[in-house]
Amino acid sequence: MVSKNKTGLPAALLLLPLGLLTGVARADYGYNLPEPAATLTQEIFDLHMLTTIVGTIIMVIVTAMIVYALYAFRHDKGAVPDQEFHNSWFGQWAWVLVPVIVLGIDLSIASSASSTLSSVEDRSKADVTVKVIGSQWKWTYEYMDDGIKVVSNLKKLEPTDPLYLRDVDDPLVLPTGQRVRFLLTSSDVLHNWGIAEIVPKKINIPGYINETWTHITKEGTYRGQCYENCGAGHAFMPAVVRAVSPAEYQQWKTERKTQHAQAAAEASSDKVWAKEELMAKGQEVYTKNCLACHQAQGQGIPGVFPALAGGKITNGAGAAADHINIVVKGKTGTAMAAWGPQLNDLDIAAVVTFERNSWGNTAGDVVQPKDIKAAR
Amino acid sequence: MSVATAHDDHHDSHDHGPPKGWQRWVYSTNHKDIGTMYLFFALFMLFFGGAMAMYIRAELFMPGVQLANPDFYNNMVTDHALVMVFGMVMPAAAGMANWMIPLMIGAPDMALPRLNNLSFWLLPAAAIMLILSILAPYLFPGTGGPVNTGWTLLPPLSIQNGIGMDFTIFAIHMLGISSILASINIVTTILNMRAPTMTMMKMPLFVWAWFFTALLLIAVMPVLAGAVTMLLFDRHFGTSFFDAAGGGDPILFQHLFWFFGHPEVYVLLLPSIGVLGLVIPTFARKPLFGYKALVYGMGVLAVLGMVVWAHHQYTIGMSLWATNYFMIGTILISIPVGLMLMNFIFTMWRGSMTFETPMLFGIAIILMFSFAGVTGVMLAVVPADMQYHDTMFVVAHFHYALIPGAVFGLYAGVFYWLPKWTGHMYDERLGKIFFWWTTISFNITFFPQHFSGLAGMPRRIVDYSIQYTEFNVISSIGGFLFGLSHLLFLYIIIQTIRGGQKAPDKPWEGSQIGTPGLEWTLPSPPPFHSFTQAPVVK
Repeated sequence: MVSKNKTGLPAALLLLPLGLLTGVARADYGYNLPEPAATLTQEIFDLHMLTTIVGTIIMVIVTAMIVYALYAFRHDKGAVPDQEFHNSWFGQWAWVLVPVIVLGIDLSIASSASSTLSSVEDRSKADVTVKVIGSQWKWTYEYMDDGIKVVSNLKKLEPTDPLYLRDVDDPLVLPTGQRVRFLLTSSDVLHNWGIAEIVPKKINIPGYINETWTHITKEGTYRGQCYENCGAGHAFMPAVVRAVSPAEYQQWKTERKTQHAQAAAEASSDKVWAKEELMAKGQEVYTKNCLACHQAQGQGIPGVFPALAGGKITNGAGAAADHINIVVKGKTGTAMAAWGPQLNDLDIAAVVTFERNSWGNTAGDVVQPKDIKAAR
Repeated sequence: MSVATAHDDHHDSHDHGPPKGWQRWVYSTNHKDIGTMYLFFALFMLFFGGAMAMYIRAELFMPGVQLANPDFYNNMVTDHALVMVFGMVMPAAAGMANWMIPLMIGAPDMALPRLNNLSFWLLPAAAIMLILSILAPYLFPGTGGPVNTGWTLLPPLSIQNGIGMDFTIFAIHMLGISSILASINIVTTILNMRAPTMTMMKMPLFVWAWFFTALLLIAVMPVLAGAVTMLLFDRHFGTSFFDAAGGGDPILFQHLFWFFGHPEVYVLLLPSIGVLGLVIPTFARKPLFGYKALVYGMGVLAVLGMVVWAHHQYTIGMSLWATNYFMIGTILISIPVGLMLMNFIFTMWRGSMTFETPMLFGIAIILMFSFAGVTGVMLAVVPADMQYHDTMFVVAHFHYALIPGAVFGLYAGVFYWLPKWTGHMYDERLGKIFFWWTTISFNITFFPQHFSGLAGMPRRIVDYSIQYTEFNVISSIGGFLFGLSHLLFLYIIIQTIRGGQKAPDKPWEGSQIGTPGLEWTLPSPPPFHSFTQAPVVK
C-alpha cells in the first residue's frame, strides 16, 4: 500500500471509474477501503461497494438529466418555457413516483445493511478475548485468558519513512482462523481503535466496555490509528496488529509469559537498587511513557504540559512524596494519567528517580520500589 | 450610506427618517439595517473562519508538524467549525431573513423590532468570547491549553481543557440565545405580519424554509445550551453528568449534542433551499415545479431530522434495534431530499434558462448536493459507517453538504438580491468568474478527501503518514485557491455597494414567476419603511 504511492495517484484517478463499476478492490492505490482480511470486514466491504455503485448510478442519472436540461432548455437557443408543465399528468404524480422509487432503493440497501449489522453484533463464543485500552497516547492490550499485557507506543520515525506514524514498538499479536473478541475501553478520554482490514470500529469509552470481534483470514501486519480526537497526541497513536498462524501464536504466548514472570519477580523483590540501575531503567520508561507530553528534555509544552526540568515537585528536596503521588495517582482534570495501574513498582521508582536527577534537576534522592508500594 | 440618503429625499413627508450616524445602527430596529449588519458580520466571520481553514490546509500540506503544536491545530479545527456554523452561515441566513421576509410577505417590519436589535448585538459579544477562548492560553498563562476538542466539545477531553473552554461555553450560550430570539421573531413575523391576502400556501419558498428553520432552532438550541451547561457544572461544580467514575456517562453528552447537532444541519441547509426555490424558477422563467411537495418535503425533512441524531454515533455501542432504527430513519431522509432535488430539476425542465451568477450557483448546488446526498446514504449504512467513522471521508461528505448546500445557496442569494439591497447591479462578468473559480477550487479541495478518508486518514489529526501525501497536497492547493476566490467576492460586493448600473425594481426578467414575493413591487433599494399600507396579493 505504501511503496506504490508515488505513482498511485494518477493511476487511482484513472482507475476510479473502472474500480467503481466493477467492484474490484484496488487497495494498493489507497483510494478505497483497504482490502479486507477478515470474514466480517469482507462482508462490510461488499456492502460498501454496493452503496458506492448504487450512488454512482444515481449520480450519473442526475448529471445526465441536468446536462440535457442545460443543453435543451436554453433561453438563447429560443426555448419557450412551458408554463403549465407542473399541471401536466407528470407534474401531478411526480411527487409520488419519485419518493416511491427512492424508497425502493433505500429499502434494498437497508435490508442488506441490516443483515450485515446483525453479523457485527453477533456475540458467539470467542477463542481469544483481548481487552483494548486506549490512553493518552498509546494502546494497552490485555489477553483476558492468559494474563499477558502488551503496550503499543508509537515508534519514532522520520516523516520520510514509509511507516511514519504507522508503526509501534510492540504490536498486538493475534492468531488467524480463530474468533477474537475485543473488549474496548479507555483509561482517560474517548479513543477509537480502528484497523479497517480486520475490524469494524467501536469507540473506547472510559468507564464502559464496548465489544467488537474479528476472524482474521490472512496472515500479515495490519495498521490503523486512533479515530476519536483524544487531544494533542491524537495523530500519534497507531494501532498495529500482527496476525500469525495459531502455532506461532501459541509460541509467542509462551515467550511472553516467561518474560512477564521474570519482570514481575524482579520488581516485587525487596532488593535495594543502585542509582545507576534506576537511572538507566528510568530513562527507558520515560522515553516510552512520558516523553510524548513532557518532551525529550523535560521541558513540557508551555501551557499544556508542565515542565519537569526545574519543576517544583521534581526538584524540591522534600517533595519526593508528592512526585510519587502524582505519578501513581495522576492529576484529575488534566491529561496526566494515573500510572499506578499501568506500571510496576520498579518502573515507577526508576522513572521518578530519573526525573529527579536529569535535565539539571538536583533533588539527588533515590526512590526504591518499596517507596512506591507504600504510596499505592 | 447612499441607500439612506437617496431614500430620505424621497420620503421627506415622513416626520421621522432614519436616525443619523452610529445611532442608526446601534439602536436600530429597522429590519433592513439589522439585516445588513447581520450580513456584514457574517462576511467578517467568513474571512475569520476561512483564515483558520487556510492554516489547517497549510499544516496538512505535507507530513510532519510544521506550523504550530498539535493543540493549536485542534483549536483551529474547533473554532473553524464554530465560527463557520454559528458565526457565518447562520447569521448570513438570518440577515437574508431579516431583509427579505418582511418584504416578501408585505410587512412593514419584523414583528418584534427591539428583540431583533438584541438578537443581532448578542452576536459580536459572542464573537469576542470566542476570540478570547482562542487567546486565553496566551493571555492567562498556566490556565490550561487551547480548546482542542473539535466543535463537538466531547467530554472527557473537554473537561481536561483550560479556561478557554469556559469562554467557548459562554460564547455558545450567547450564540444560542441570539438564534432563539431571532427565530421567535421570525416565526411571529411569518404568522402575524403577512399581508391579509397572503395565505400560508402563497408564501414564497424562502419564507417557508425559514419558518421550518426557526421552528427547528427553537426546538433544539435549548438542548445544546443544557448540554454545555452540564459540561460547565462538571468542570467547576463537582457534578458528574459525563464522568463514569461519578455515575455519569460520557455518551450522554453526545446524545444531547447531536440531538441539537443533527437538526442544526437542516438549519444550515433549509434557508439555502429556500433561496434555490426562488432562483431556479426566476432564471428558468417558469413556475416552481411541485411547490406544495417542496413545502411538505421541508416539513418532513425537519421532523425526520430531529429523530435520527444518533447516526453520528454509530460506533458508541447501541443495541441492535436502536442502531437499525437510526439507520433506516437516516436512509429515509433521502426521500424528501430526493424530492426537493427532483423538483428543482423539473423546474428547469422545459423552461427557458439563462445563466446569471445566481443560476450558475443554483445548478452547481443541485449537482454537488446530490453527490453529498449519495455519500450521505453510504454513511447512513451502519456497518460501512463503522469503517468510515471519523475519517476524512466524513469531512468530505459534510463539506459537500454544507458548502454547496448552505454556503453556495447564500452566495446565490447574495447575487440574486444584491441589486435589490443596494440599488445597483453587480458586475456580471466578475460574478461568473467568481462562480467558476470558487466551484472548481471547492471540488479540488474536497473531492480528494473522499479517497484519503476511505484509505484510512482520520479527521482532526495534525500530522499524517506519507501514504496520504498526494491527496493532501491537491486538497491544500485547492483550499488556497478556494480561500483566495473570496477576495474577489469581497471586491464584487464593495464595488456594487459603491455604485454601478442602476437596478430596476425587477432586476431579473423572470422575477415573480412562481415566486409570488412582494419584494419586486418595491423600488431597488426599498424605502426605509417598506410597506406603509398592506399590499394585495393576487
